[in-house]
Amino acid sequence: MSVLKEFTKGIWKENPVLVLMLGMCPTLAVSTSAKNALGMGIATTFVLAGSNVVISWVRKFIPSNVRIPCYIVVIAVFVTIVEMLMGAYAPAELNKTLGIYIPLIVVNCIVLGRAEAFASKNGAFASMLDGLGMGLGFTLALMALGGVREFLSAGTLFEYVVVPGWPDFLLFKLPAGAFIVLATFLAIMNYRRIRKAEREGTSYTPPEMDCSRCHICK
Amino acid sequence: MSEQTTIRMPDTSKLVVSSSPHYHDMGSIPKIMFTVLAALAPAVFASIYFFGWRALLVLSVCMVSCAAIEALLCRLMRRRISIGDGSALVTGLLLGMTLPVTSPLWMCIVGSFIAIGLGKMVYGGLGGNPFNPASVGRVALLLACPSAMTTWVTVSGCALNKWVVDATTGATPLELVAQNQPGPGFWSLFLGNIGGSIGETCTLALIVGGVFLIALKIIRWQIPVFFIGTVFLITGIAYMVSPCPKFNPMTHVLSGGLMLGAFFMATDMVTSPLNRKGAVVFAIGCGIITTIIRLWGSYPEGISYAILIMNALTPLIDRYTAGRPFGVARKASQKNA
Repeated sequence: MSVLKEFTKGIWKENPVLVLMLGMCPTLAVSTSAKNALGMGIATTFVLAGSNVVISWVRKFIPSNVRIPCYIVVIAVFVTIVEMLMGAYAPAELNKTLGIYIPLIVVNCIVLGRAEAFASKNGAFASMLDGLGMGLGFTLALMALGGVREFLSAGTLFEYVVVPGWPDFLLFKLPAGAFIVLATFLAIMNYRRIRKAEREGTSYTPPEMDCSRCHICK
Repeated sequence: MSEQTTIRMPDTSKLVVSSSPHYHDMGSIPKIMFTVLAALAPAVFASIYFFGWRALLVLSVCMVSCAAIEALLCRLMRRRISIGDGSALVTGLLLGMTLPVTSPLWMCIVGSFIAIGLGKMVYGGLGGNPFNPASVGRVALLLACPSAMTTWVTVSGCALNKWVVDATTGATPLELVAQNQPGPGFWSLFLGNIGGSIGETCTLALIVGGVFLIALKIIRWQIPVFFIGTVFLITGIAYMVSPCPKFNPMTHVLSGGLMLGAFFMATDMVTSPLNRKGAVVFAIGCGIITTIIRLWGSYPEGISYAILIMNALTPLIDRYTAGRPFGVARKASQKNA
């Protein structure tokens, strides 16, 4: 039961994008369409699960003073694998759109954050589930953002025309649109939480994994 | 004769005890907003005269949707519905005046939603917004629908008998001068017999409205004068250095959104600096940015960008131009500042 919880927490309760506010750079940059979001999500999930497992294996041997460089090396290995795999098998167009954001997964806060906060303290199986769950949460959040942005800007989803004759509305394809849609999502999430807390007679506090508790940049 | 001294006590029923300020001019937000609407009326008539009756439709749709969206958002935010103060109507009218007469109506509604929702209500309503809502709406639409926002009709005199003037597309004077071609003559520019957004073309009507607001002390004269003056000065110097149509200061001052922006958008009380010194800095900044965008930028027009950029700097300007409280020594006030 508790093992399953490690997997599901990343999807909604501790969603890396919408709750933990990690990985904002790829979130804002790559969510121009649902397809780009899905590609980016899968790549990040693979890196996250793989690096979590390896870091969990070697966590006992890493001196704590140099742990961050060690994590980066492990993560970089997986990112290199993903980059080569995508270069070989992913559609060329998708590969071109994602471009620099694939190598940049190395410094993605989600990957480094889960390595530091979870994989370095837990077993390999739990770490893998955590990585998969967080990756899935990232993918879903990115696809929701990408879907909304793609629909609002062109009336399509996964390049399939949903509303014929939708006028071009470029704002949501531009960076400004990314900020507007993400802010709207976060506002709705916070509104729901505050309302829920009000109903229960408590006040809303962010989950344990917010920036103030994470000691990576101490 | 007995002299009896009586101490006269003041009639307490006639004394009013209140805290300061003791004197005010009975102004209110609705009063100011409806005066601004009245000041815009000449420009609205001019736009109907030159562009046809569809101009009125675009303006009305913008005003109604701005008010409706503000009412809706107030309800969602569980606040008092604030459309009675008229500020949403002013935002709607100004937004409509910056759109081309051919804009589709859905664009007016979306622009109103962005102006009121993202430009004003998310910051907590009137008084909390750092940016001029109408400029926010216009810039968002310009980014979103660049082709619809730059489709101009050709204007030729009275169009009161038409729904919309002939659908032949023409260039605005600023687009002409950006390509280094001579713009229209002085009287066309001054009266508004030129292509452009609905409310920006008739310089005469905008100046009449602006002077009316300055006379009523609703806006500061410093902002329009220094704004327009800076644009005139910089383009004038450029014209003296190389006299080609691109730098003609008369075309630059009389065309585009300069009059509308300088008199009605840059002077927005919420988003412009609090005192005179700040207003001058603000207006000169607006003028410089506008001229830079017009002469060297990729857009032919830059008023709304200039206003938004200077809106962002307004808190900083206010901070550095804050007045010295009466009675405070010069050194001490600087130390505390």
